Amino acid sequence: MENNVVIRVCMGPAGIAAGGRDVLERFREALASAGLDASVKEHCSSHQVGCLGLCARDVLVEVHTDGQKHTYQYVKPDMVERIVTEHIAGGKPVSEWLVDDSFDAFYEKQVKVVLSHCGVLDPEDIDDYIASGGYEAIGRILKKCLPEMVIDEIKASGLRGRGGAGFPTGLKWELAREAAGDRKYMICNADEGDPGAFMDRAVIEGNPHAVIEGMMIGAFSIGASKGYVYIRAEYPLAVERLKLAIAQARKKGLLGKAILGTKFSFDIEIKLGAGAFVCGEETALIASIEGERGMPRSKPPFPVNRGLWQCPTVINNVETLANIPYIMRKGASWFASYGTEKSRGTKVFALTGKIRNTGLIEVPMGITLREILYDIGGGTESGKEIKAVQTGGPSGGCIPASMFDLHVDYESLAKVGSIVGSGGMIVLDEDDCMVNMARYFIQFTQAESCGKCVPCRVGTKRVLEILDRITQGRGRPDDIAKLERLCKGIKSTSLCGLGQTAPNPVLSTLKYFREEYEAHIIDKKCPARVCKALLTYWILEETCTGCGACRRACPAEAISGEKKKPHRIDPEKCIRCGMCYEVCKFSSVERE
Amino acid sequence: MKKKLDQILKKYHKRNENIIFLLQEVQESFGYIPREAIDYFARKLQIAPSKFYGVATFYAQFRLTPMGKNNITVCCGTACHVRGAERIISGLRRELGLDGENDTTEDGEFTLEEVACLGTCSFAPVVLVNGDVRGRANADRLVKEIRKMKKK
Amino acid sequence: MVQITIDGKKIDVPEGITILEAARRNGIYIPTLCFHPRLTYFGGCRLCIVEVKGFLRPVTACTTTVNKDMEVNTSTAELEELRKLILELILSDHPHDCMLCEKAGACTLQELAYTYGVDGFQFAGERRRYSKRDGNPFIERDLEKCILCGRCVKVCREIQGVEAIDFGYRGFKAKICTNFEEDLDCEFCGQCVQVCPTGALTGKLWARKGRQMSLREVETVCPYCGTGCNITVHVNRNEIAKVTAREDSWNEGWLCVKGRFGYRFANSPERLTVPLIRKVPRGEGAPEKVEDLFREATWEEALDLVASRLLEIKEAHGPDSIAGLSSARCTNEENYLFQKFIRAVVGTNNVDHCARL
Repeated sequence: MENNVVIRVCMGPAGIAAGGRDVLERFREALASAGLDASVKEHCSSHQVGCLGLCARDVLVEVHTDGQKHTYQYVKPDMVERIVTEHIAGGKPVSEWLVDDSFDAFYEKQVKVVLSHCGVLDPEDIDDYIASGGYEAIGRILKKCLPEMVIDEIKASGLRGRGGAGFPTGLKWELAREAAGDRKYMICNADEGDPGAFMDRAVIEGNPHAVIEGMMIGAFSIGASKGYVYIRAEYPLAVERLKLAIAQARKKGLLGKAILGTKFSFDIEIKLGAGAFVCGEETALIASIEGERGMPRSKPPFPVNRGLWQCPTVINNVETLANIPYIMRKGASWFASYGTEKSRGTKVFALTGKIRNTGLIEVPMGITLREILYDIGGGTESGKEIKAVQTGGPSGGCIPASMFDLHVDYESLAKVGSIVGSGGMIVLDEDDCMVNMARYFIQFTQAESCGKCVPCRVGTKRVLEILDRITQGRGRPDDIAKLERLCKGIKSTSLCGLGQTAPNPVLSTLKYFREEYEAHIIDKKCPARVCKALLTYWILEETCTGCGACRRACPAEAISGEKKKPHRIDPEKCIRCGMCYEVCKFSSVERE
Repeated sequence: MKKKLDQILKKYHKRNENIIFLLQEVQESFGYIPREAIDYFARKLQIAPSKFYGVATFYAQFRLTPMGKNNITVCCGTACHVRGAERIISGLRRELGLDGENDTTEDGEFTLEEVACLGTCSFAPVVLVNGDVRGRANADRLVKEIRKMKKK
Repeated sequence: MVQITIDGKKIDVPEGITILEAARRNGIYIPTLCFHPRLTYFGGCRLCIVEVKGFLRPVTACTTTVNKDMEVNTSTAELEELRKLILELILSDHPHDCMLCEKAGACTLQELAYTYGVDGFQFAGERRRYSKRDGNPFIERDLEKCILCGRCVKVCREIQGVEAIDFGYRGFKAKICTNFEEDLDCEFCGQCVQVCPTGALTGKLWARKGRQMSLREVETVCPYCGTGCNITVHVNRNEIAKVTAREDSWNEGWLCVKGRFGYRFANSPERLTVPLIRKVPRGEGAPEKVEDLFREATWEEALDLVASRLLEIKEAHGPDSIAGLSSARCTNEENYLFQKFIRAVVGTNNVDHCARL
């Protein structure tokens, strides 16, 4: 029986931070001293991604015995011995340390396609990928298929771009295949820049060969012999993994000339980004690969006709490409069985913010927001009501709680003024100020605007200035009208996707949380108590003990009072930093 | 410097790269993009220097001035912002005599950088002094520390 | 040829041209700032947006090529409102000093602001502040007035092949830069000045020499070389205020530094206006004052003197002792006559021309 025991210790970043290494070490010692023969695997040691959902409860330890899996949460080194004696040797799991039902619920509604092998395979070993069925699809395609057949299959699967806009992948390939030109290019867009989105990094770090195989299939379909992966330099581990994977694939004859003895030749080069969010936009990305400033170009002509060095070029996002091998392996109808009529398959989301189970999730398209937030996400940690969820990062919008029965797919989210985008999902509760949220995203896009076109270069700056003054209590009565006019104009006249979507966070909050804007502008109040210029602080005389903690903490010397007598705050001097509020042990500092 | 630039140029020709690659290599070697490097490559490759300058100022990765010997990094994430990162920055800039958009002192001793969230919000405001974390930092203490470093 | 519809008018246009070209050829006006007919398209100012049936959002006419049966609307209430907003944004980051600006009266931006009734105060906010510090004698660069249309960058690259300037930085801080933002150090052809649609680039020589409305335009040919560029001389009170070239001339509006900026000789007090005859024979040393070396003469006297001296030399030493060198500043016809004179009248083939050097 002992031979079948596998122990996996989560060693993702959070796992390591929580003491994963010590736990792993203890297991090795305990097993050795108990004379038990079990293999101890560093679960996720090399694939942080697989454990993201779990990381909130690290260190997680999976114990596999005879096909049965038990998962322990919050494992500390001193708990190891008991697990070994009672569970592994004694056969009786330590029930009070096992994960609860909500843990299973986290997985129950998820469907893993892209992430199916993340956290399971060793991303640094091509043989692991091959053993799982990897490179089988491209092998079969090269021997038996015409490019048109592959394109038809992808079209039939209904796969749409996972990078944001949701353009049908099969159609994109078909257009590039039909475009005139001897030289064509296949580009993988791994310039993931949305704050709060990290699924592309996760896929490349966890399963780089799936992306490579996806690129190969795409290249074969459109007739490209050269591919690029444009990846952020800020993802050093992903870059390393990808380099290694490409080298291994070359060694196996999967990349290079006359692949698998066929006429198909294809190789991949990695291009490192140099720190510009706009390079996630496909024409800017092309400019950047060409060594230019990453300034977008007007479309049409579209890259499928005139892209890299004026040649037909397909640019697919990481997640899109990682879907391809699975679609070709299991068939279009299998893939199309998930999702809705217009949005097929699954989508990976990064669930963050005021939510219990933060992490990466993969769900079928068409799932409701409520299911994601409450069944998978487990609601808020604090028990406070979720006020809204922000999807699509700086290009997306805020969706209020009243719309949580909305189905998550391209069309439905667009209809309510947001987007699926790259898949960021930030959960907000009553402590989050929607005006401040909008300001945060506009500040981001404004700083990342390339400056080529007027509406984005100057327009986003003006939006930011207006939001700045609203959150600082200097909002003017006509500011809402101004914001609406500006945002609509920027949306319809900007040159590229960055500018066209930049106003979404403002427009959606104006639409669903107008009263918060009005409270800031008219009443000069921030209902979420976030915008510090709009807060007033005072001390409750009845409960103040005069301990002086607030007086000492105040950086502006705005608090005075004799020892052991109630203190008071001079509103003139107060800079509203909130230090007194934080340090008071008697809850005597009030704010509004 | 010439030797290093020659090596980079060889790599560039061998791999058929672009000028972003050149600048990345230069920055990797020198910690910033020296003017001589741009002039050198512009001459060797017959590419206008203004183009190098345009690319170097577009991408956030590139810096055109050397880093100071000591590097002070102030976190400007939300938590630190709330807890007075701005006060720390203005205090340090005053102490170091940094004006305008300069981030490095004239004598090349100190560079003051602002970064997005470092992810250590529980110690906000956070300042890194040559990579070491100073949690719950305040301007007074940092100024004292800087004065000590100056004496050395 | 394909048939398209612009503003309800069916027109036949060649395949492959842009909507903007199609419109202009048919006398339909679409406002532009960054577009220039002789430069590659940019699509940055967004003023030329038009509605095309089947497209969700407006497209820029300067970058979109026509397709068969395309239906285009160049002016709807919505488009005009968007154009107005764009102008408001441009002007919100522009110095409001038209009363002092060299370009006033000949400024495309000013003209559009006037047409659309935009003052630029609607979205007043932070403005870019730069100090002017160009040390060169020809081109004034006032980057606060720059709207980043990119025409100067493109003309420098695509027409002149110099690439002295490029876009630098990004977003609101984007700026046209020389290498390391040093003073302009180029050929000073001034092509960039010619194409700038605002007062960002002007000629230093013509500062305060008169607004466009007070200048008289005289079409003439550049006096410098045999290329013979057509130029327009702008004259104020009988003094040349500036020189420009028209785009519909054969030199397409382009000039070199001499033609564009080297005109001050015309008003120089040292210019020769009558023939001078040397008073002191050669070899006797030159006196200090010019008046003591030369005396003024009439054309008859001067030409008679030249003719008689040429004859004397020819008779004494033979025609091959004489050589003629003519100037590139003469016209073809003048040069033809000159060589005819040297060959047929003087009788020698010793004739040449400075442009051959």
